[in-house]
Amino acid sequence: MTEPVAKGSWVEIHRIVLPAGERASQVPEDTQQVPLEMRVKGFLVEPASLGEDVEIITTTGRRLHGTLTDFNPAYGHGFGAPIAELSTIGGEVRAMLRDRGRVK
Amino acid sequence: MTDSPGYQEIMAQRADIMKGSARIDYAQYATGKLAFDYERLLADTGYDLTTTREIQSRTAVGNTPLVELENITELARAVAKPGRGARIFVKDEAANPSGSFKDRRASLSVHAAARHGFTGVVAATSGNYGAAVASQAAKAGLRCIVVQEAFDSQGIAQPEIAEKTRACEGYGAEVIRLSVGPELFYVFLQVLKETGYFNASLYTPYSILGIETLGYELALQIQEQAGAFPDVVIATHAGGGNVTGTARGLHKAGATESTMIAASVDLSGLHMASDQDFNRKSFTTGHTGFSMPFTSWPDRADVPRNAARALRYMDRFVSVSQGEVFYITQVLAELEGLQRGPAGNTSLAAAFAIAQELDREQIVVVQETEYTGAGKHPIAQLNLAKNMGIEILRGDPEDNIPGRRIVIPEHPSQITVREVELDHVRRSYLRHAMELLPAGEGLDQIDLEFLATETRTSQTWVQEVIDELP
Repeated sequence: MTEPVAKGSWVEIHRIVLPAGERASQVPEDTQQVPLEMRVKGFLVEPASLGEDVEIITTTGRRLHGTLTDFNPAYGHGFGAPIAELSTIGGEVRAMLRDRGRVK
Repeated sequence: MTDSPGYQEIMAQRADIMKGSARIDYAQYATGKLAFDYERLLADTGYDLTTTREIQSRTAVGNTPLVELENITELARAVAKPGRGARIFVKDEAANPSGSFKDRRASLSVHAAARHGFTGVVAATSGNYGAAVASQAAKAGLRCIVVQEAFDSQGIAQPEIAEKTRACEGYGAEVIRLSVGPELFYVFLQVLKETGYFNASLYTPYSILGIETLGYELALQIQEQAGAFPDVVIATHAGGGNVTGTARGLHKAGATESTMIAASVDLSGLHMASDQDFNRKSFTTGHTGFSMPFTSWPDRADVPRNAARALRYMDRFVSVSQGEVFYITQVLAELEGLQRGPAGNTSLAAAFAIAQELDREQIVVVQETEYTGAGKHPIAQLNLAKNMGIEILRGDPEDNIPGRRIVIPEHPSQITVREVELDHVRRSYLRHAMELLPAGEGLDQIDLEFLATETRTSQTWVQEVIDELP
């Protein structure tokens, strides 16, 4: 059992909007087989533990219900490792311009 | 497979929700069975070019630098035939407040929302436009909700969209992140209905009129810097707004002879509504997955009449490969000191090839850049691609297969454009248009005129194509 997340914490909730099998008729087969999911962040209304159904207040003041999935959720996107296929391009094109007297 | 009752109920209210949320009664612009008065739809907003420029200047939107890419021009000349290699300029739209030309689109939408007394705005977008609307809403004191298609069924976020989530939340917006599927529109309608907020659609007249300043500015700037209007202007093309607004602005500045070229990243073979393909695209916009359907039928948008009607304005439509765009993005950084893109650099990749078709004294303008950063960068996209099992290699761009293999050119001479046959797109447009004609009814004269204008052809050609339809 994890510590309850405090009231007023910045959290994320998750909800199924359309279950698999109830997707719009025009979506392709692979998408039909998975639900339409929603994730929204806001401030937690009452203390709760991860996995519980909770209410949040979003930054526009809307009250939304869903499963508590994260608190103070991190922005995990970044760059990752340099890409070898890109890292020599600069040297190659500079060499071409060096021949034409444009770069040192 | 059946649509759920809740889904059907909201979708049935679509027209009413739309009408109230954009304050435009689109029905009043109908002039025929298919025809509508496009110019009056735009003019009735009250935003002429002078007014738009004044509104945009108040939020530091526009007046972005036009930069000559002398080193990239020289590189193009190094691989071009003797005497060829036009001067390449780029309009550095990353200098806008939220980092892209989308601020121009958002500025009038948010202005209109405030003017009509709305307390908030909603936008359905996974791209730069969300950050632009959020930024403009913050300045105008309006609340903002952005609805994104953001992650696949494995919970893997597309990194560029993750960055857009962060940017929107940074401006105080509420971001609704959804998994893959066109039912995003259903959630969008629900939110519009619940909140009564303004629909800051990418496809309203506001959103298109806001871009006219881009074309107008670049025409004046190139006149001042090079003493002539551009021979060619290239726009990265997705939903059609960029091409439409830029071309209209060029015309208003008097640059009526400039060739308008639309450029998209080729994503053929990938399905835009497929959960499995979602994270195999490596591009979130500027690609054929949007541009082909939207050019051949603009009224598939989230408003009844799309104000972005690219087929009216493009002289030529080309595609480039994913690897070519990543290559030129790296070249832009290392030869010009500009880290931008990547999606906006689609038109730069095309410009690099097209400049080689032209003489050295001619001028090509790439009409936008966009900011770059965490997630929104070739390194982030290529790392995701590798994790998805997509092969990355240096080689001949002709071997690039979207979703399976990204081929980074080995040499700048390998960058080329592939022509999209415009007559094919026009025929597809007419096929869609005729599907809307009630059974047993014929076209009126005004409809024929409209379809000829829409396709930039003649009434004779339109009639011939229609007669050939099954």
